[in-house]
Amino acid sequence: MLRKILSQALVIMLIAALAAGCGGGQPKADVIKLGANLEMTGGNATFGASAANGAKLAIKEVNAKGGVLGKQLTLTVADNKSEAAEAANAMQKLITQDKVVAVIAPIASSSVIAGAQVNQDNKVLAISPTASNPKVTVDPATGKVRDFLFRAAFIDPFQGSVMANFAAKTLKAKTAALYIDNSSDYAKGLGQFFKETFVKSGGKIVAEEAYLQKDTDFKATLTKIKAQNPDVLFVPGYYQEVGMIVKQARELGLNMPIMGGDGWDSAKLPEIAGTQALNNTFFSNHYSPDDNSPAVKAFVEAYKKEYNQIPDAFAALAYDATMMVIEAIKRANSADPVKIKDELAKTKDFQAVSGLITLNATHDPVKSAVIIEMKDGKQTFREKVNP
Amino acid sequence: MRDLTKRDLLSLAACLVIYAAVQGLITLDVIGPFWQLNIVLICINIILAVSLNLINGFTGQFSIGHAGFMAVGAYLSAVMTVKLQLPFPVAIAAGAVAAGVLGFIIGLPTLRLKGDYLAIATLGLGEIIRITILNIPYVGGASGFMGIPRYTNFTWVFLLMVFTVFVIKNFINSSHGRACISVRENEIAAEAMGVDTTKYKVLAFTLGAAFAGVAGALFSHYFYIAHPASFTFMRSFDILTMVVLGGLGSISGSITGAILLTFISAALASYPEWRMVIYSIALIVLMLYRPQGLFGNKELSLKMFSRVTGGGQRGAA
Amino acid sequence: MEFTHQLIQQLINGVSLGSIYALIALGYTMVYGIIRLINFAHGDIYMLGAYVGFFATTTFKMPFLPALIMAMAVAAVVGIVIERAAYRPLRQAPKIAVLITAIGVSLLLEYGGMILVTPQPRTFPAVFPAHTYNIGGIIVNNQQIVILAVSIALMVLLTYIVHRTKTGKAMRAVSFDTDAARLMGIDVDRIISITFAIGSGLAAAAGVLVGIYYNSIDPLMGIMPGLKAFVAAVLGGIGIIPGAMLGGIILGVIEALVSGFISSTFRDAAAFAILIVILLFRPSGLLGKNVREKV
Repeated sequence: MLRKILSQALVIMLIAALAAGCGGGQPKADVIKLGANLEMTGGNATFGASAANGAKLAIKEVNAKGGVLGKQLTLTVADNKSEAAEAANAMQKLITQDKVVAVIAPIASSSVIAGAQVNQDNKVLAISPTASNPKVTVDPATGKVRDFLFRAAFIDPFQGSVMANFAAKTLKAKTAALYIDNSSDYAKGLGQFFKETFVKSGGKIVAEEAYLQKDTDFKATLTKIKAQNPDVLFVPGYYQEVGMIVKQARELGLNMPIMGGDGWDSAKLPEIAGTQALNNTFFSNHYSPDDNSPAVKAFVEAYKKEYNQIPDAFAALAYDATMMVIEAIKRANSADPVKIKDELAKTKDFQAVSGLITLNATHDPVKSAVIIEMKDGKQTFREKVNP
Repeated sequence: MRDLTKRDLLSLAACLVIYAAVQGLITLDVIGPFWQLNIVLICINIILAVSLNLINGFTGQFSIGHAGFMAVGAYLSAVMTVKLQLPFPVAIAAGAVAAGVLGFIIGLPTLRLKGDYLAIATLGLGEIIRITILNIPYVGGASGFMGIPRYTNFTWVFLLMVFTVFVIKNFINSSHGRACISVRENEIAAEAMGVDTTKYKVLAFTLGAAFAGVAGALFSHYFYIAHPASFTFMRSFDILTMVVLGGLGSISGSITGAILLTFISAALASYPEWRMVIYSIALIVLMLYRPQGLFGNKELSLKMFSRVTGGGQRGAA
Repeated sequence: MEFTHQLIQQLINGVSLGSIYALIALGYTMVYGIIRLINFAHGDIYMLGAYVGFFATTTFKMPFLPALIMAMAVAAVVGIVIERAAYRPLRQAPKIAVLITAIGVSLLLEYGGMILVTPQPRTFPAVFPAHTYNIGGIIVNNQQIVILAVSIALMVLLTYIVHRTKTGKAMRAVSFDTDAARLMGIDVDRIISITFAIGSGLAAAAGVLVGIYYNSIDPLMGIMPGLKAFVAAVLGGIGIIPGAMLGGIILGVIEALVSGFISSTFRDAAAFAILIVILLFRPSGLLGKNVREKV
């Protein structure tokens, strides 16, 4: 035991020595360091990689134009393995080891929340591109806003109710079935608020089913839903599974409108589902490619040139989140983390790819949503909903 | 007996010195928050690896469902502190007991299985536990259990790690432990010699599960959140890897394995794209060169460095 | 009437899903049968096969059949290389060390693949388009039929190879007693290589077919099907070729029935629970022989 403990002591000493060595690094004066705490491996790696691309593109563009405050920007990416605990770990590393001045936070709400205390304790802000759970920016225990937490995406209640109203009023649906991605709190939140609003406006939920990310066969559940014969099917989830669900639903003869949220937005969706199957589907999004906004066009062009892919919502929102931080640094005229935070909270009418962003008191973006209808594989503008 | 006590006392003194040293470095801010976090993680992983080693290494029962028991400890302790407002030590104890009881209930029927069949059954059980938690809205379901206070600190994890190592070490050196080892060496022979093999298999399994519960409780009260994605079979594999890397049937091996792998993982954090590739290659290479693990089934001892000491009775624990 | 209707549809869904599990499980069970190794990398070979098939049909514009053969060939070579490099040096090592190596290989394929082909999902071009048949409200798709037919054909072919050919005889001998087989002049290493080649080729075939059927492939696609296929193989009796088929179909049908009539959220839990219950009553699987242990 003694010897074991001694050997253990040796190793811990080694680690301590290393920590001392690593901990002392001073940030270089001529660069401003940003961090990204993203899902580079694990179940959400697809989304994390897109987001990292979006953030890198933003940094590259700003650097090409001379950077901010006369300094170049750098982006340090840390992997959170798609796990909440690892997200806290990665956040700790970015802030205390790499000494970044602001962090692009994880995709998943749970991972952002796990790292939130690290941000609060160290007074370095985190802005999540996509985390949509209200608890990300508001501490549920105290009901207070977490001053160092921000997001660039819609919150669940807004998007869920937009789609529920669309189903009840525009599509005149009386009954709806929910088919929710059970491994994502984003999808669950959307489903919950869709349900609340839909029931309030007189509709009835006839089936509530769930799947898990990386599932590939949905026919059993879809057969069950078919027996209930709902007027609409609401599938809040991400495009990979959604594509397969739409494809399999149409094969099984579920011809009702299928609806979803911004997780649907991807050029891959028509490829996976098939353009025919996607007719009569609707989803809410931040922007429509139809709206010809120069910001959208420029972004899509630049992204395609850089990565030879069409950007999805993750890339767009990460790009926006990064740009919002850079804008805040500009306005603060300082790379001091607290000053950046103060300026970011004041973001107003910021022209982002995903629309005109104003942050409200709870650090949630107030922006209008558009409802997109898929027609022969093309996204077409259906209607615009203001908050 | 007196000899054992004396050695235990010495070890305790050594632990105290290490504790004081690390705590001192933390207080003096020599160890930054990032490495603090990883030291905590190392201690939690040591608890997990040593407790799994009791099942896999010493009793020879191939279990890969450890993450499930960890999840039970993590969630139940969080319910205790958050929903019932009970103190942290009670929550840890409750987490340990719940995981232990579950281990007993699960172990009793499944430990009749052998080898790979037991492996796949325990893997399945771990997943069943996780999926069940995923479907309980009371503990947050897929969003995870949020708002857990951070009660875990270095003192807690270190204390409980030392406690775990002591209990398991002494268990193995007791007559019960020898019975467990006899099950590993040859189950039929053990049974013929009058060892109640079922009893000892279940006993080891229960004890291992209970300590996994402790690790879970420490885990969730350090990271503010208990999330189903933290307890997939990949985590069970991670723990198993630590055990095998260190050497099945070697406690010092498990400790080294846990430290080494946590350390590699933390050190690679700056290369996110390549992290898992480097990690997997390191794993393969280490296994190719040391298939019996770093320590085999030997305990690390000063004899490895010099022959000055004459401890005796060590080695083939 | 409504219920029977739904039941029949669910059974069809289940058999179709099960035939995919069976397809992957066939290779799994062969490899296990011969070296008693849970080859965790098998699911990732399945992924590899899907990607080779994808690049063969898109980049090299190959038609379906040559692409399938190419995927199987590449996977077979990779399987042999993996066995040589990572498993063969550990032939005498404890089994659990090989298992950890297999986990390492699996992670390497997944994350190495992620760097090579990016984590973005890919979609297959329409190499053989889907037709849906509606028979009295029961819906079947031609791809489902193809997958089921291919897995049955492969099962028959494998059974033939193992029981009627000289190589198959050698495989059985190695599986029964490696040392005795070596003494009888069988080149054990060669037989194991052949087994890995066949097993990996089968996984690749499954990968291509499933890639076309679901129309989406990504570097992590092999994890869950790999695990499920192993469950299927154990369920049927690991090492037994018809067992893999039976186990796969049973697993698929259970999953479909649980999703269809109980709750989709408990689907995976139910699949594992049934596995455990079956193992408790038949510890060596449904078709496995209960071997008495010798003292």
